[in-house]
Amino acid sequence: MADPMRIRAQAAGDKTTVRVLMSHEMETGQRKDSAGKTIPAWFIQEVTAAHNGKEVMTAQWGPSVAKNPFMQFVVKGAKAGDKITVSWVDNKGDKRTDEATVS
Amino acid sequence: MTKQRFTLAAAVLALATTGAAWAQKSAADGIAEYRKMLEDGNPAELFEMKGQELWKQKRGPKNASLESCDLGKGPGVVKGAFVELPRYFADTQKVQDLETRLVSCMEMLQGFNAAEIAKTPFGRGEMANVTALATWIAAESRGMRFNLPQGHGEEQKSYEIGKRAFFYRGGPMDFSCASCHGVDGQRIRMQDLPNLTKNPGDGIGFAAWPAYRVSNGQMWSMQLRLNDCFRQQRFPYPGFGSEATVALGTYMGVNAKGAESIAPAIKR
Repeated sequence: MADPMRIRAQAAGDKTTVRVLMSHEMETGQRKDSAGKTIPAWFIQEVTAAHNGKEVMTAQWGPSVAKNPFMQFVVKGAKAGDKITVSWVDNKGDKRTDEATVS
Repeated sequence: MTKQRFTLAAAVLALATTGAAWAQKSAADGIAEYRKMLEDGNPAELFEMKGQELWKQKRGPKNASLESCDLGKGPGVVKGAFVELPRYFADTQKVQDLETRLVSCMEMLQGFNAAEIAKTPFGRGEMANVTALATWIAAESRGMRFNLPQGHGEEQKSYEIGKRAFFYRGGPMDFSCASCHGVDGQRIRMQDLPNLTKNPGDGIGFAAWPAYRVSNGQMWSMQLRLNDCFRQQRFPYPGFGSEATVALGTYMGVNAKGAESIAPAIKR
């Protein structure tokens, strides 16, 4: 089971800056363990963000994104009290969705 | 003609100074700038969240939470505890740092086997939980200033042992902690090394750990930080929570009196 994300959404004028910290190993598939065996790739493949249920962004990620990734984006028109939902799906099919309220 | 030559000389001089300023910026300032950029999304927060959950969660053979754990300021008091550790605890009759105290609480309250946890490598099993708990507890004291108690005889003894250990030279390289951390202005590769024989300033040295290390994606507690210092000196690994490591913590913590804690910090 995946650990929760930390999402902060701060409104300024008609723009809301959303900052997301995700907890994920982001294994590239290039590394070897102490026994010399390749550690299988394990990374977030798709990230989606929604504003009050309406999708505002999708991103396709690969193995080059760092461990415990940080993502920041701006949503136009989001106001204080609105809901921002962020979800990710990794290459093993594991997924996680978390919600934050714009402040 | 003379005037023209003068202007040219001035231009060359101006160029030289900007060049020097630029070269200076690319070292320590560059790293500081990099840390500043990363601070906004410090993954240590993920460990903080985990630690906060673990504190309240009923776990272990006794199915109990850690909420009545005494970190030195009374049972269950978390805020401000970090900046007063290591200190003497009457129930264990030992000077303990944050991590060894947590392990004691996990044994006394939750029924975990302290010796088992101490043997677990960093980042695995219950040891990973100890690190997460330590991260959260440190975060609860962020912005507060170090003020370790030195009233008890054992605390004074711990400081003296720490001082001895800090200056003790040995190993194949004849190193001591003081070889790198005994004077101002030292560095390793491009990292500035704090002088730990005095207060190195706010958020430097003892006041910055636990910290998240970006280069390996790991959360490092003070015990792991010390463990790696011993490795770099080619000393044998110290046992988790051994008297020497706690004493070094007391030595650095007392020296850092008045320094502001920024833990959990973010490191290269």
